[in-house]
Amino acid sequence: MNIVVAIKQVPDLVEELELNDSGTDLDREWLKFKVNEFDEHALEAALLLKDAQGAQVTVVALDNGLDIDKALYAAAAKGADRVVKVTGEFEGYVSSHAAAKALAGVISGMSPDLVLTGVQAVDDLDGQLAVLLAHELGMPHITVVTDIEVNGSTATVQKEYGGGMVGEFEVQLPVTLGIQAAAETPRYVPVAKVRRAMKSTDIEEISGDAAGAGAGFEVTKMFKPETGQGAEMLSGSADDVAARIVEIIKSKGV
Amino acid sequence: MTYVIIEHNNGKIEDISFEMLGKARAMGNGVTAVLLGSGTGDMVAQLGAADKVIVCDDPAFANFNPEAACKTASSILSGNTGDIILVGNTSMGMEIGPGLSASLGIPLVAYVTDIADGTVTSSLYGGKMSVQSAVSGGYIASVMAGAFPGDDGRVDGSPATEAATACVTSDLKVRFKQLIAPEGGDVDITQQDVLVSVGRGIQNEDNLEIVEELAQKLNAAVSCSRPIVDNKWLPKSRQVGKSGLKVKPKVYLAIGISGAPEHIEGMRDADTIIAINTDENAPIFDYADYGTTEDLFDVVPAITEKL
Repeated sequence: MNIVVAIKQVPDLVEELELNDSGTDLDREWLKFKVNEFDEHALEAALLLKDAQGAQVTVVALDNGLDIDKALYAAAAKGADRVVKVTGEFEGYVSSHAAAKALAGVISGMSPDLVLTGVQAVDDLDGQLAVLLAHELGMPHITVVTDIEVNGSTATVQKEYGGGMVGEFEVQLPVTLGIQAAAETPRYVPVAKVRRAMKSTDIEEISGDAAGAGAGFEVTKMFKPETGQGAEMLSGSADDVAARIVEIIKSKGV
Repeated sequence: MTYVIIEHNNGKIEDISFEMLGKARAMGNGVTAVLLGSGTGDMVAQLGAADKVIVCDDPAFANFNPEAACKTASSILSGNTGDIILVGNTSMGMEIGPGLSASLGIPLVAYVTDIADGTVTSSLYGGKMSVQSAVSGGYIASVMAGAFPGDDGRVDGSPATEAATACVTSDLKVRFKQLIAPEGGDVDITQQDVLVSVGRGIQNEDNLEIVEELAQKLNAAVSCSRPIVDNKWLPKSRQVGKSGLKVKPKVYLAIGISGAPEHIEGMRDADTIIAINTDENAPIFDYADYGTTEDLFDVVPAITEKL
């Protein structure tokens, strides 16, 4: 079984987000990036399938000029068999439509049975990647997936709805799936193991092309949302704050 | 004309559909609802906010099927590439929205919180940034749940209907198998007066102990945001939010929860919300009644001690 996992990096929201001078995008110069957490789950789902029934796992990422090598080495250290960087004009922000086109051009040559990627990302303004990618690849799609079982030429897939309802589907392979959560917490890999992977792994480079594809609209303004009435902020030491919170809870008669 | 893709599950029209209908009505260009279902009569009667309902009534739509829904919606809307199409930014909408964008070749703007005169506003970066986009011509907007009031769209009536044909052939690659209801947990978090809710800020599973101690003192239940469930630290039955449960406790303590839109959707109606988060820009503070940026690892044990 051939599994391709598409990953990307997104701004780490733990950091303060600043705007660029024109106020239309984040100031990316000092931003800290990390792999989209749902892509980490997609990778974990692939590695769990590999552990259970054997699979060749290939991880693919657009070369965004950031620390994508590190992310690919980490994927290799976790158990990916092949890591591929798609080279081209992908610096800065890449729309989901452009990413889908560029990734599909590369992934279609890999004859995958399963293509997995995260259900969403914090910055996919023009829509979530999985279904767009499925269309480019001419595959069926299911997104918001929390469970995958592969049985020969089909997969049984669970898709999550609101309120904890789950739909179960059977789908013919190949299929593209948007992963909400893997069956296990994404595995941790020690730094030493990543360092070893850096020595033993070759990142393959394949050129990609997103010509003609894009969001199809312009961002005119980005801004921090106006805070509504907002919270009354409690001041003082942790102890003062705790005392105040106890008072508030008690005043609610609970 | 504004088109609204109606979402329903298990025979019930979802709130997001009424929210979109209300917004579409307010946009003033006429409203056409698109309804794919089986035995849809009762549902059509709830879509009075639409001028017209295009109905595809077929046993194939007794349950949602991403492939059948995308193909049929695409066929119905193939001549509407100049119109605005509203779809929920939901589990079903995340199949249909991008599916339509790809098949119709028109833009998709996601995470939409407002639409006014060609400017579409979205909530990105976990609710930390708003983005305005200028879109010309037809497009699809995938609308955040709760962005628009549902009451304006919740109108009974008998709108004109137009029948459409299902694009369902025997060679569909995706087959619906079953709908699985959530397992009941040990605790029903929707029935609690007080919820001690924990998020990513708790850092690891061992640290859950401090929130459990607090919950015990308060005779409350522990609930959580999505990352905690994805990490298997707490069962799904404790999850508050879009893919979890909607809760309305008297007091909701949000501990180490940033307040991503998906979480807010599940707890915004709590009577009193108290947020503890070291990030002063965390969106949770926009929804909380009281907040503190003191470290949860200091504050939470201190509250427990004082109770």
